[in-house]
Amino acid sequence: MELFRDINIDWLGKKWYLLAFSLVFSVAGIFSMLFWHKIPYGVDFKGGTQVHVSFDRTPSEDRIRSAFDAAGIKDAKIQAVRGDQAARPEVLISLPEKSDATGFDARAAVLSALQANYHDGGFKVESSQTIGPTAGEQLRHQALFATLYSLLGMLVYLWFRFELIYGVAAVVAVFHDTLITIGAFSLTNQEITLTVVAAILTLVGYSMNDTIVVFDRIRENLATARRETLSTVVNRSINQTLSRTILTSGLTFLTVLSLYLFGGEVLHGFSFALVVGILIGTYSSIAVAAPMLVAYQDWRIAKGKAASLPGGKRA
Amino acid sequence: MQKKLAGRTGIIVATLVIFTYFIFFGSGLPKKGSVKQLLTNSIHLGLDLKGGTHLVLQVHVAEAVAAQTDSDVARLQADLAKAGVTGAQVAKLDPTKVDIINVANVTAADTAKARGVLNGTSYSSTYDVASVPNGYTLTMKQQSRKEMESTVLQTSIETIRQRVDSLGVAEPVIQQYGLGDNQILIELPGISNADEVHNAIQSTARLEIHEVVGGPAATEAEALQTLGGSLPPDDMVVKGASSVTAAGNSDMFYVLKRVAIVSGTDFRGAQPVRDPNTGQSQTSFNLTSGAGERFYEFTSANVGKGIAVVLENRVRSVASIKSAIHDSGVIEGLSEDEAKNLSLMLRTGSLPASISYLDTLTVGPSLGAASITHGVYAAVAGMLAVMFFMLLYYRGAGINADLALVLNLVILLGFMGLTGSTLTLPGIAGVILTIGMGVDSNVLIFERIREELHLGRAPSAAVQNGFAHAWITIIDTHVTTIVSAAILFLFGTGPVRGFAVTLTFGLLANIFTAVFVSRTIFDAILNRKQRGEALSI
Repeated sequence: MELFRDINIDWLGKKWYLLAFSLVFSVAGIFSMLFWHKIPYGVDFKGGTQVHVSFDRTPSEDRIRSAFDAAGIKDAKIQAVRGDQAARPEVLISLPEKSDATGFDARAAVLSALQANYHDGGFKVESSQTIGPTAGEQLRHQALFATLYSLLGMLVYLWFRFELIYGVAAVVAVFHDTLITIGAFSLTNQEITLTVVAAILTLVGYSMNDTIVVFDRIRENLATARRETLSTVVNRSINQTLSRTILTSGLTFLTVLSLYLFGGEVLHGFSFALVVGILIGTYSSIAVAAPMLVAYQDWRIAKGKAASLPGGKRA
Repeated sequence: MQKKLAGRTGIIVATLVIFTYFIFFGSGLPKKGSVKQLLTNSIHLGLDLKGGTHLVLQVHVAEAVAAQTDSDVARLQADLAKAGVTGAQVAKLDPTKVDIINVANVTAADTAKARGVLNGTSYSSTYDVASVPNGYTLTMKQQSRKEMESTVLQTSIETIRQRVDSLGVAEPVIQQYGLGDNQILIELPGISNADEVHNAIQSTARLEIHEVVGGPAATEAEALQTLGGSLPPDDMVVKGASSVTAAGNSDMFYVLKRVAIVSGTDFRGAQPVRDPNTGQSQTSFNLTSGAGERFYEFTSANVGKGIAVVLENRVRSVASIKSAIHDSGVIEGLSEDEAKNLSLMLRTGSLPASISYLDTLTVGPSLGAASITHGVYAAVAGMLAVMFFMLLYYRGAGINADLALVLNLVILLGFMGLTGSTLTLPGIAGVILTIGMGVDSNVLIFERIREELHLGRAPSAAVQNGFAHAWITIIDTHVTTIVSAAILFLFGTGPVRGFAVTLTFGLLANIFTAVFVSRTIFDAILNRKQRGEALSI
């Protein structure tokens, strides 16, 4: 079986459409991050308490809320979650951050409020997490730096393996993926937790893969093609590697999709990030990274410098 | 060719056997047991899968530094007096700067004597001494402070370890934590009842006995009134805890000498006992010989005065000294539980500084079990989908890829068994991702071979070229993913680290399976084929 053969799509001719597509999603994400849902940090990043409770019978949110009101707990966020155990409906109770000193107190408060005032049947605490504001802030810094270092690492590696401009193009493409993925979390108002950041970092590495496959081919083609224009070479390289790009991403997407469908509530955010990220990552290696090389060369020509794009060190 | 092929097949089979062994027995000798037992023995499950408690504690090391400088203040005051420096005042003027001691009111005539004391090794080795008009400023050296903080952290870790051991937790992790300064990570597998942990660890706070100078009084201001309105620099106001019985009231304030008579590490043993007359719970304690000496000296000189037991910066009980006490005593006014906890705490030594929780996470065992089930479902579903697709799309070569994929998984799990790595829920996700990314290399190679075949090359040449060209790309793509996994490992914690580990192992194994194993299978197939027969790809 063969899905893609002798494809001849003029990708660079459509660059304005592609650019518009990227812009729409990036800008929508940025707007949501700034003005709508902001960046919906999970409890690990913003601090606070999250208690995961399972009930014998489907609980009514109002009853739980009134149980908390009676115990004097305010601003509790009560949210039913997709149950991990079929028979036991589950609810996620979140309290906003307090001070570093609370520790177990918040968990105990939730527990005793339910014990004292909730009488609709038995319940059980499945998990609980309290993060002090200090730890949350440290984690936010860490996550940011981890992502930046990771991008920097890629840039240096590609610089070493190809040329600086390849590294820059690839990093811009990956940054674009990260931005849109985080934007997707903001738009759908899903919480960004530590595992989501892990997924995003994985994406940084993974979506780089597709880009490298295309770059490798561009380099290979540049070495043999002397009379073609760069955009022809880039177009041809994209088309030649298209089946590879689509297949590899498609297969990884299959596994990630099964993770999203069967992986359970705890991995929901993680697999959502990967589902979105792999789609965007594949798109960006074709539509962002490769055209950037051409744009760079056009810019050099416009500035009157040497026109040829360096093919990079021969592998 | 034939011989080389046999050798390579041998390597592959050996790898398969060895890593299968690792999956079940780790790095140890073969054991008996059910498959499930063997698996969980060699591959450790993370807290998120088997349930347990994860804590990050902040140790307030500045308190220990403050305690040190406080006692140095008292010592210096005494030393100066001994050296004949009259009227000098030693104090810490700025309460926010715990590492600075000020010496004031040194007359010009006494300068030489004061210098003599300060230049003594007991001060100059720990402090930088600077002259100011009519006095000196002692600043604790960075080096000394660092050493002290690290000692405090290590002592805290040891103390907590002893306490956790007393709870009977199997395989606890208690270690320094890299996220911020002076933090401790505690992982207690199987403990999902947080209250039990809460009691054992939170009660590991600082315990000291101080001399009472003033109070009890209802407010801080009133307490100060008894001393004439202002707080002498060597004293401090401490609030009473809710169960202080000597005062009969919960919110009383006491003025205490800043320097403790005895503190945490001075206690040698302690038992919960009952007062034979009243039946009230008490904690009896013994002091180490050095501390006993000090305590005797103090109590014999101060009969009739009050002493206060201060726990976690709250006065827990107050007693007046009836006679000289040598090395043992009783702390009264406790509930039965408190007496038991306090004894445990004194036996194991109290913490040199107080602690607070930065991060607490508990996972119940049923949630963990559900997560494993989900993870396994997702892995199996993902793997079947990928394998089916490869067969459909590449026919004969699909079998090749699927074999490589299975071997990849075996090596990955074997690696984990061998190194005793921890499998977390994100780690399972890492395994699943490895399945997806693992076939990527095969796809790269197969597509390249197809391309070469389209160009009209013979099957063996196509395979040769396909591998040669794809190899470079495979290295590049693996390096970038491993770089991001390594950064994840450096920055991440617990579950996320587990993910980084499985991903890295999986990708390393993949280089072997996708390139070496696949190539060998191709060569074996090509070997059997007649010249010119087509390759199923």
